[in-house]
Amino acid sequence: MKIAFLGAGLAAGVTALATMASAQTPVLKVLTYDSFATEWGPGPAVEKAFEAGCACDLQFVTAGDGAALLSRIQMEGAASEADVVLGLDTNLTAAASATGLFAPHGQTWANTLPVAFDDPNFVPFDWGWFAFVYDKTKLTTVPASFEDLAASDVKIVIQDPRSSTPGLGLLMWVKAAYGDKAAEIWKGLADNIVTVTPGWSEAYGLFLEGEADMVLSYTTSPAYHLIAESDDSKAAAAFTEGHYLQVEVAGKLAATDQPELADKFLAFIGSDAFQSVIPTTNWMYPATAAAVPDGFSTLIKPEKSLLLSAADAAAARDAALAEWQAALAK
Amino acid sequence: MLHLDHLHLTEPGFALRADLTVPKGARVAVIGPSGAGKSTLLNAIAGFMAPTAGRILWQGAELTALPPGDRPLTILFQDQNLFPHLTVAQNLGLGLSPRLRLSPDQHKAIDRALERVGLASLGSRLPSQLSGGQQGRAALARALLRARPMLLLDEPFAALGPALKADMLDLVSEVAAETAATVLMVTHDPTDAKRFADQTILVADGIAHPPQNTAELFQNPPQALKDYLGS
Amino acid sequence: MGAVAIAAALGVVTLGTAFAVALQAGSFALSPADWAALRFTVLQAALSAALSCALAVPVARALARRRFVGRGLLVTLMGAPFLLPVIVAVLGLLAVFGRSGLFNDLLALMGLPRLSIYGLHGVVLAHVFLNLPLATRMILQGWQAIPAERFRLAQSLSMGPGAVMRHLELPMLRATLPGAAVAVFVICLTSFAVALTLGGGPGATTVELAIYQALRFDFDPARAAALSALQFVLCAGAVGLGWRALQAPGFGAGLGRRLSIPAPGGWRRGADALVIALAAAFLLVPLGSVLLRGLWGLSDLPPGLGMALVRSVAVALASTLLTTSAALVLALAVAARGSRLLEVAAMLPLAASALVLGTGLFLILRPWVRAEDVALPVTILVNATLSLPFVYRLLLPQAQAMQADFGRLADSLSLTGAARLRWLVLPRLSRPLGFGAGIAAALSMGDLGVITLFAGESGATLPLYVHRLMGAYRMDAAAAAALILVAASFALFALFDLWGRRAAS
Repeated sequence: MKIAFLGAGLAAGVTALATMASAQTPVLKVLTYDSFATEWGPGPAVEKAFEAGCACDLQFVTAGDGAALLSRIQMEGAASEADVVLGLDTNLTAAASATGLFAPHGQTWANTLPVAFDDPNFVPFDWGWFAFVYDKTKLTTVPASFEDLAASDVKIVIQDPRSSTPGLGLLMWVKAAYGDKAAEIWKGLADNIVTVTPGWSEAYGLFLEGEADMVLSYTTSPAYHLIAESDDSKAAAAFTEGHYLQVEVAGKLAATDQPELADKFLAFIGSDAFQSVIPTTNWMYPATAAAVPDGFSTLIKPEKSLLLSAADAAAARDAALAEWQAALAK
Repeated sequence: MLHLDHLHLTEPGFALRADLTVPKGARVAVIGPSGAGKSTLLNAIAGFMAPTAGRILWQGAELTALPPGDRPLTILFQDQNLFPHLTVAQNLGLGLSPRLRLSPDQHKAIDRALERVGLASLGSRLPSQLSGGQQGRAALARALLRARPMLLLDEPFAALGPALKADMLDLVSEVAAETAATVLMVTHDPTDAKRFADQTILVADGIAHPPQNTAELFQNPPQALKDYLGS
Repeated sequence: MGAVAIAAALGVVTLGTAFAVALQAGSFALSPADWAALRFTVLQAALSAALSCALAVPVARALARRRFVGRGLLVTLMGAPFLLPVIVAVLGLLAVFGRSGLFNDLLALMGLPRLSIYGLHGVVLAHVFLNLPLATRMILQGWQAIPAERFRLAQSLSMGPGAVMRHLELPMLRATLPGAAVAVFVICLTSFAVALTLGGGPGATTVELAIYQALRFDFDPARAAALSALQFVLCAGAVGLGWRALQAPGFGAGLGRRLSIPAPGGWRRGADALVIALAAAFLLVPLGSVLLRGLWGLSDLPPGLGMALVRSVAVALASTLLTTSAALVLALAVAARGSRLLEVAAMLPLAASALVLGTGLFLILRPWVRAEDVALPVTILVNATLSLPFVYRLLLPQAQAMQADFGRLADSLSLTGAARLRWLVLPRLSRPLGFGAGIAAALSMGDLGVITLFAGESGATLPLYVHRLMGAYRMDAAAAAALILVAASFALFALFDLWGRRAAS
């Protein structure tokens, strides 16, 4: 106990000193998920570019993944120190808006998402299509739909919708594509599913170790292997039902003490300086027409994009989850 | 003078009363059947169990509330009189300073005590490297160093052979003489009592009787002692 | 006084945090799925505990009575899986038992069908892999605590191996096994990633996952509190049951003579060798594959890793100091006075959910300080709290033996305070102290749970760093960072353990 209090005291002291030193420069705090602010993520480049034009100090505060962001905001309420929240996805925005903690963004820049996206509180900062990724050298007969997949003996690894955003995305994908037939699809998939992991990283790790033929990820995943590792063996399977979208968004907290800086940052998200960083750091598509690296041209481009509205997604979730659990429980 | 003033000792299924005095400098045997409470009596005097009633006084000063180490006595247990992880010299040193911060004089005193009990040059050994008799000698050497006014012996030599035990009792006599100590010695062997103690406390039937002249007691034993001796 | 203060602090950290979480709005209702999760949790934990302990007995026995070159190193190495970060351990297991692992390749070579690791049996296999080392070490300590004199006595009475088993070893096992079984059971009760990764589907949901879901996805803190109360009752029940079975070993003191335990020859010699070889292979081959896998990425490690390593080691050392001191104070107080209340306090953290604990602390501290400023102190506190029961359980039997054998002698010599610590407690308890400190340090190194709630942009510890690398496709770098994490945890563990064993001999 003593040590903890000592540590807390020291930390508080250091913070006080640091605050005094930087009292002149306004600080913008962006609450985001872990991987955004890592040294290899978009964070460092975004911070540098924004600070070059704002005469301010941009600080990232991190909390796990997208879902953790929402629970953090709910725990902190209006007392949150954060000014902007970056990293929620469209499955979470309904709940986020319902907290009443977000202010309208007021941005006018246009996004180039494959479906119309206009939310009063949130601007998109990147997006991607969910897809099953496989190894071209190992899997020769690639399923072209969920029904194909269910009929095949291809082994897949997926994420748990109760603990991961891609897992929830898959749930919505099947729901959006099949509606009332979703339960049937899940029953058909049950014998294809090797296992269900808590998060994306465990699932992708298992896939790379050869535990499954396909893994739920994004159409952009092969670009990482191609660009960063010069490995062109990975590909995403195109499904005829269309592919569900993950749209990652940012919003301004109503209780911010830096409203102008926050607005400036939301506008900066629409700029090339921000968007051009995204493809090779977050490995997603930029939300505007910013250029993408060459490797992206080799990726599949689904004809049809699926996305439930925030309200529909929130309304469908509990029933879809129960359906999923019932179909997969042995 | 040790005074046990209306002392009551109770444990589950066991009770012992003692109301007696032991003169200063006396050598007293404590004898009686197994389970009668001989060790319990010594443990109470040494401070390892609190009496339910009564007082323990030494030279008129009350000991009842003192922690064991502050009482004017040294006690030797049936076993575990030495810490196995410390050398013999360190075990002795603890008798002089619990923190083992020893002055050159104290180191010399330890050497002298070891020599006195016949363990010269064995100070750097661990207890496990000593014989049973040597372990007893080491414990007595510590009693010698501590030089407390009372020496309580809870059958520390029970495991030794007759000749060795006789040697040890002689050594106890010498140590007691050198430190002018009052000795209380638990024993189950009448020969020990006759050889060593001028007086004897009989512990039987829930009572620790006042000390009596050892020779007279054995010549004219009360019924409880007769039963114990089987005579 | 000190012991009571520590007990009170443990009460606040475990029960107080759960209360802070329960105070948040939400519903306390548990769904049928929650009850199914409860059933699965108990089933897998009971199977894991039973199997871990059943396998640990022959392994510990063989290790206790055989002497061979490299035995000390093997004993230390075999402790490693317990100290692995869970996801690293799972990947190691998969390299052996996975779809394209060594074991299945071997089966295929012999013309047998490949076995799937996913399902209840996979969860149990992983838990046995992770906890067999703990059970083995706890039981091995029991064997070593039987005074050599007793074995000598048995030899002098011409007791055969069967009679030695009946008169010396079975009483020791009766005293040791319940503690080991309860420890493994409770660890598996709060399992999260193993059950979910290897379980094969939503049927393999544990209570801890339901808590995670309630906190992270539904933001329903009251339901999380209700679930953690359920988990608390379960753990408390298990500890209570184990308690009733616990008996004092009653072996008395030996003089610490260095006699080895009799090692029967004949077929028993071969059987012991086989048991040791099988256990070593089961525990070390997956470990070896983790290490091999990590070597690839060693040349391409991101620069932030160094600081994360330094942070992790600092946190581990601080929490080890904190937890070992607290456990020692509690064990000595219980050995001297036998306070039931102190015993309960020392076991409380076993029943706590790391998630609830972290969230509760977050809620309690948030009005006063910024989360990222106290990330490391809070991590130290939580890690120290969670590892305290293990260190305490390791210390208690030997503290009790020390008190029974030498308490009166020490009292009669006024050996108190610092002098008692230096001349009696540290020398007598150095073996369990070193082992306990090693476990505490390694558990703290590998822990991921709480830091994620608090860590800011730059406060990551090594496990969090590994997790972040995996989350960014960088599996080779993650494997290399995991290798460094395993090496650092193991180095800390081995250093403490070695100190304890050196000091004891």
